[in-house]
Amino acid sequence: MATATTDSTITTDRAVPGDRSTLLGGWRARHRADLASHLAHHGAPPLPRPGDHAWPPRLAAAVEASGLTGRGGASFPSVTKLRLLASAPGRRTVVVNGMEGEPASAKDKTLLRCAPHLVLDGAELAACAVGASRIVVCVADGDHHSADAVVRAVAERAGTALAPVTVEVKRPPGRYVAGEESALVSWLDGGPAAPGWRPDKGHSLTIGRRATLVHNTETLAHLALVARYGPESFRSRGVPDAPGTTLVTVTGAVEHAGVYEVAMGRSLGDIVHGARPTDEVAAVLTGGFGGSWVPAAALATPYAPGPLAAVGGVVGAGVLVVLARRACGIAETARVARYMAGESAGQCGPCVFGLPAVADDLGQLWRGTVDGGVLARLEARLTAVDGRGACRHPDGVARMARSALRVFTADAAAHASGRPCAFARQPSVLPATVGAIKAGTT
Amino acid sequence: MSSPVLWYATRATGLMSLVLLTATTLLGVITANRATSARWPGFSLQDLHRRLSVLALAFLAGHILTSVVDTYVNIGWTSIVVPLASSYKRVWVALGSIGIDLLLAVAVTSFLRHKIRARTWRAVHWLAYLSWPAALSHAFGMGTDMRQGWVIVLSALCVAVVAGAGLWRLAVSTSRRRNALTLIPVHHRPDGVPVKPLSA
Amino acid sequence: MSTVIKVNPVACTAYGYCAELLPELVTLDEWGYPIVERGAVPPHLVELARRAAKDCPRRAFLLRQAATEVGSST
Repeated sequence: MATATTDSTITTDRAVPGDRSTLLGGWRARHRADLASHLAHHGAPPLPRPGDHAWPPRLAAAVEASGLTGRGGASFPSVTKLRLLASAPGRRTVVVNGMEGEPASAKDKTLLRCAPHLVLDGAELAACAVGASRIVVCVADGDHHSADAVVRAVAERAGTALAPVTVEVKRPPGRYVAGEESALVSWLDGGPAAPGWRPDKGHSLTIGRRATLVHNTETLAHLALVARYGPESFRSRGVPDAPGTTLVTVTGAVEHAGVYEVAMGRSLGDIVHGARPTDEVAAVLTGGFGGSWVPAAALATPYAPGPLAAVGGVVGAGVLVVLARRACGIAETARVARYMAGESAGQCGPCVFGLPAVADDLGQLWRGTVDGGVLARLEARLTAVDGRGACRHPDGVARMARSALRVFTADAAAHASGRPCAFARQPSVLPATVGAIKAGTT
Repeated sequence: MSSPVLWYATRATGLMSLVLLTATTLLGVITANRATSARWPGFSLQDLHRRLSVLALAFLAGHILTSVVDTYVNIGWTSIVVPLASSYKRVWVALGSIGIDLLLAVAVTSFLRHKIRARTWRAVHWLAYLSWPAALSHAFGMGTDMRQGWVIVLSALCVAVVAGAGLWRLAVSTSRRRNALTLIPVHHRPDGVPVKPLSA
Repeated sequence: MSTVIKVNPVACTAYGYCAELLPELVTLDEWGYPIVERGAVPPHLVELARRAAKDCPRRAFLLRQAATEVGSST
């Protein structure tokens, strides 16, 4: 089974013309990680002259016109974050979130290794737009490849006109929740990499007393393209409600697992088939481990936030895990749930106790233990954990598990009556950490 | 000023403090161990714990004041909180001072409970257990009424209750911590890199 | 202005006093953590809600003032 390993090849979707105004355009397996190649391909980033006060609002207007939304999972309009921070008092910091805690995702690693200068361009542009005096790039402590690439790129730019704001590289612990905005900021502030409780998100995050803007690597890379080629270029691809291109990591039962740049609005089926499924597709896990399953019947759906949501899917972290017909969706769901339970920050009761309980129920379902009450109990527990933690971790698990019960209804009923499907013992198509989880341990 | 009244008051308030602190400790352990029920709800037992502790401190204040004010024996004002500063029964009074110091710390941190870190409050509160050996040896060492049968029985009862409550608290606290930690399953990364905790 | 309850899930360690004092609005899940009914606190329960907020040993049970939602306007 193909999985996107840390050394996946980057592939461009044939439907995206290989030109310079895309993230991975014209790639052809040649790395453009060094500064000279980057400048030859894209030219210098349009950084402002010192003292140009008209520039920040101009950039914000361009970002707004492009309709760029966050590519880290929340799909929040990027201009809103820029404006919120530009109006914050005191000194400011920009954080580049390259943590990519989602095991099934490899897009941020890909960008950091192959186009670090595009990401750094975006970070410098954002820093100038909000008046930040510090940029921190966060790469997971286990991700040496990406960190090395970023450190090299930072060194190439240091002291030049391309780095008006100094860049530091930090290595927080590579855990699932550590990449969450408030967890990252907490760690940078000297605390644990655990999400904070944010009852009202109106206030910006702070490190010390510095207002902080956290952006995903891909978002900043797009920002760098919008600043150079303009909002119209960004909008020339995608669909009106979801403009631009986006990076998708396709893994699972496919021959060509990897990171693809696709235009928003392309059909899910096209994207999946571009990676050559090894078997007839049964379902796709969209968004990540905290995302949701979409049945094969919905493969014609355009890949964009609105249309996907209508069929119970989610763009999330740009992850698509393909499940084959001859595989067990319940087994994979149980594995994911057990993994997610282990990734709890351990701060909130409903998550600490609820997620393992949900994983237990799913494990029982997977093994095919006869239990008339397990589905009802599972439903009740999913309702009990949803929305009752400080962060969205339990919400994601609830969403993912509920979608599984919806998409694999027949299988779930069969498993609960003691007749697990023939494929329950198949090896997993999930990344190794999760795929190794066995039915007996859940 | 010296008077037998002061002397009786010192001894009486001392014994009352012992009884009230015993009750306070028991209630504290019951609520901390969550051994509450619909008929004995946690919020009211906690409330009682707080009020009894204030009453105990009031009697303790009376105990201290009457002993210092009484010029029959020389216990200076400083020796209330400074151990070994008294010339009368130096060591036994010192033990009392240590007990007071610990209880003062508990009282102050509890008063400021939500302004300090939860961990700090809890650490100081556990120190309250240490005040027991100090206070009890102070009581036995000072001696005056310890030859009386009923005082011996009362003291023994208080010791038994506090010791039992303390052990019960220890048992529940360690088992709960153990249970919570085992719930988060450990998984291993294929490259053998251990999964790091979230704290720096 | 109406009173709304918010529970800080990080601070909460399932003492359960809130559920004892306000059973009309707070139930405990199977692990002892509070599930609070959404929406404004009915006026006759506000006093009890204040007591619950004060008695919570972890200051996890919080009261906030929220602008009352007007039915049909805007």
